[in-house]
Amino acid sequence: MKCEIRGVVVIGGGPAGLAAALSAVEAGCRDVLLLERDIRLGGILNQCIHDGFGLHAFGEALSGPEYAARYIDRVRTHDIEVRTGSMVLSLSRDRVLEVSSRNGYGTIRADAVVLAMGCRERTREALSIPGARPSGIYTAGAAQNLMNLENILPGRRAVILGSGDIGLIMARRMVLEGASVEGVYEVLPYASGLPRNLRQCLDDYGIPLHLSTTVTEVLGKGRLEGVVVSRVDESRSPIPGTEREVPCDVLLLSVGLIPENELARGCGISLDFRTGGAVVDETFMTDVPGVFACGNALHVHDLVDWVSVEASEAGREAADWAVAFRRGREPEVPVSLPVKAGEGVRYVLPGRLRGGRDAVLSLRVLAPGRDRDVILRVEGRDVLRRTFPRVHPAEMLRLAVPGSDLPPGGVVEVVSS
Amino acid sequence: MERRYDVLIAGGGVVGCAIARELSRYRVRTALLDRERDVGLGTSCRNSGVLHSGINYTPGTLRARLAVEGNRRMHALCRDLRVKCRTIGKLTVAQDEEDTATLARLLEQGIANGVPGLRIIGQEEMRRLQPGVEGIRALHSPSSGIVSPYALTVALAENAVTNGVHVHLGQEVLEIRPRLPEDGGGFVVRTAAGDRFIALVVVNAAGVFADRIAALAGIPGFRIYPCRGEYYVLDRRFDGVLRTLVYPAPRPHHPGLGIHLTPTVDGNILIGPSAEYVEDPGDLACTAAILRKLQEKGRGLLPDLAGADFIRSFAGIRAKQSPPEEGGTRDYIIEDHKDVKGFINLVGIESPGLTASPAIAVMVAEMVGHHLPLEEKETFVSCREGRREFFCELAPEEKAALVAEDPDYGEVVCRCEGITRREVLDALANPLGARTLVSLKYRARVTMGRCQGGFCLPRIVRILRDEFGYDPEDYFLRGDSSPLFVGKVREDAVLRTSVFAEGVRP
Repeated sequence: MKCEIRGVVVIGGGPAGLAAALSAVEAGCRDVLLLERDIRLGGILNQCIHDGFGLHAFGEALSGPEYAARYIDRVRTHDIEVRTGSMVLSLSRDRVLEVSSRNGYGTIRADAVVLAMGCRERTREALSIPGARPSGIYTAGAAQNLMNLENILPGRRAVILGSGDIGLIMARRMVLEGASVEGVYEVLPYASGLPRNLRQCLDDYGIPLHLSTTVTEVLGKGRLEGVVVSRVDESRSPIPGTEREVPCDVLLLSVGLIPENELARGCGISLDFRTGGAVVDETFMTDVPGVFACGNALHVHDLVDWVSVEASEAGREAADWAVAFRRGREPEVPVSLPVKAGEGVRYVLPGRLRGGRDAVLSLRVLAPGRDRDVILRVEGRDVLRRTFPRVHPAEMLRLAVPGSDLPPGGVVEVVSS
Repeated sequence: MERRYDVLIAGGGVVGCAIARELSRYRVRTALLDRERDVGLGTSCRNSGVLHSGINYTPGTLRARLAVEGNRRMHALCRDLRVKCRTIGKLTVAQDEEDTATLARLLEQGIANGVPGLRIIGQEEMRRLQPGVEGIRALHSPSSGIVSPYALTVALAENAVTNGVHVHLGQEVLEIRPRLPEDGGGFVVRTAAGDRFIALVVVNAAGVFADRIAALAGIPGFRIYPCRGEYYVLDRRFDGVLRTLVYPAPRPHHPGLGIHLTPTVDGNILIGPSAEYVEDPGDLACTAAILRKLQEKGRGLLPDLAGADFIRSFAGIRAKQSPPEEGGTRDYIIEDHKDVKGFINLVGIESPGLTASPAIAVMVAEMVGHHLPLEEKETFVSCREGRREFFCELAPEEKAALVAEDPDYGEVVCRCEGITRREVLDALANPLGARTLVSLKYRARVTMGRCQGGFCLPRIVRILRDEFGYDPEDYFLRGDSSPLFVGKVREDAVLRTSVFAEGVRP
């Protein structure tokens, strides 16, 4: 079986992969290969026919396909080889990929790899909702795909479990197509989706949002006939006596996204249990040299604009690595030390810092709040403090930190106070 | 529709399908009826998939004899039918002296039943067979193993069809009436679909509904007490952690063998089953309390388990003859009924029904032989075509060769399980014509991975649309009562072509 030798190989042709491939070629790598398993580039953006993409990146509200097209058009004019319909089945520590497509099954040895596989949706089982197994239960993203790409209506009377952005978008979408939405149920005392989606998708359409409430049973043997919802206490346990039956024929789940990391796991890359993505340093390199990660495969983003920004960085770093590698020297990997998520912080990225170079910290807080300080603490000393008038778990915080603030090595903590 | 057969089998579970396949060796016109849109959708797809050795059953009982004989027959059968079956052995583990006494009793019982290779082993050997196992000693039964229960059921049915058996799906039996000898004898069977079947011999292989079928034939006095078992399926990342089966020493009067971990032939681990009597044999719901208990149990046995590792839960129903107050199990009833001539009655085929099925089939065929001459056919084809492994389990060179030959192998439809378009198309081309999502799942593993169909469902939908012209109303999860979708979003929408087959352009 033949083995191709390539420069930067980007796995995934969604927003992250597109941006990474573009920046890799712009940074001087002359051999960039973009692998996409679907028949077209764009990833999940293709099914996101609503607008609101690109407000930060382009200063205008684009639909998903329009946003993707901005990048796809540039990829077409750059010297980037694109292979669609190509699925990467495995990745080894020496950066050999097994790739399958209708054109053949083979291996590729890459100088550098960018992991940009995106994420998948959490399923009913992750919540262990009791009841039988009727038809009519879908993750919100799968339903979005069926409606927007396959012209299939999954049901006429919907309940949405979880107030993640896709669930909110789908609540509006169902109403626009003539279905009724009985309500959105969220186990947390606050919504998981972006405030603008709460306004534009629920409030504007009179769809009720029920906080601290969850689905505790699925009804129906053949087709879904309804759900039982219950209020929950502070520990998210259902409160007996609060059960209420809600008739519906479709249940859409928007209960979280999980970075897609089977390839990373397969080649022994360390994963962060908080993000579900790889542990990377400020160059987006994982602990397998020459393998980089970005986008929702690294951590689940709130806005695609930040995916593009982050992936561009990763692509540039991958190109630098590949160029050095091609010149015959495996670049040395400087020592890096862990960055810990402290009090009030759900996760922080990068998970390791080399120090001494500019970096962007991405983090999410644990709970909503006002007038919060985000502090970077190195060995007990505050090296950076930034105040945010309001913080929310649904919104990712990004802090650009100059390299002068980051000593090489040392433990960095991030504390929200 | 009215059709005439020599033998009619009511129930397309593993037992009914094994009987159908066994009878397909002979010049006998055989048909199998099932109420669902596919075979194997009852208890046969909802169990641990364990090939039992036969140590747990009282010597001299049908269960004991048929389990040991079924175990012996299973390997050749699975080889011929291209079904995964692995003899990985089993440890029945004692935690204290009371359990040790149980092991001694099981050893004696197993030897009496003819179970090969039984030994009581100490901690050291126990841990060599399965690192990390806790206990003071264990009974090792090397002939125990695992088999894919749905793959076996489907393979038996498909091989039976290849050999001339008719499988009629969506046929719930409503009436079984004996015919007068002057009309030719036998039975007239009427179904809910309004069809009539006439046969000389009727075999009751209806599992949890066996009491109803017996009553329809005029045999009162049987009652099945449905006993539900709930399970969790774990992510395949634990593949290889369990090298052998590990069971606790059984406790008296317990209706099952206790909650434990079972590896599957496809690399998952099952946690379960619970044992809880329910009213309705169709009540396959999982319950909050038991799911919680199974999670705790799982975390106790595999401390590394995360929430996302529980990728699926399901429940199956044991067809028990023993009521809750009696507990335990009763022996199988497999009788060529003495009063209702030509009615072969199988009642209470609970565990080890999967293991025993090949032996039950031979026993029932002999009974059929008392009513009809059984002449062997030279045309009988005992083997199915194809491989037992999925594409993703092959060596890279084999994969490359297959893709070069058939591009449909190059297109991955199910990302989690690595299932290709070719495998989906092959599954859809099954001789039973079963094309529900569950039919596809049990033949090609799609939707069985960690994303539970999030990725592959839209792709499967496209394949059925492109290859079979499906409209949204044509898709079903299981039977007629489980449509997947309600209609089109827009009546006038024009869909893009989605098939890869036109060739991939960079």
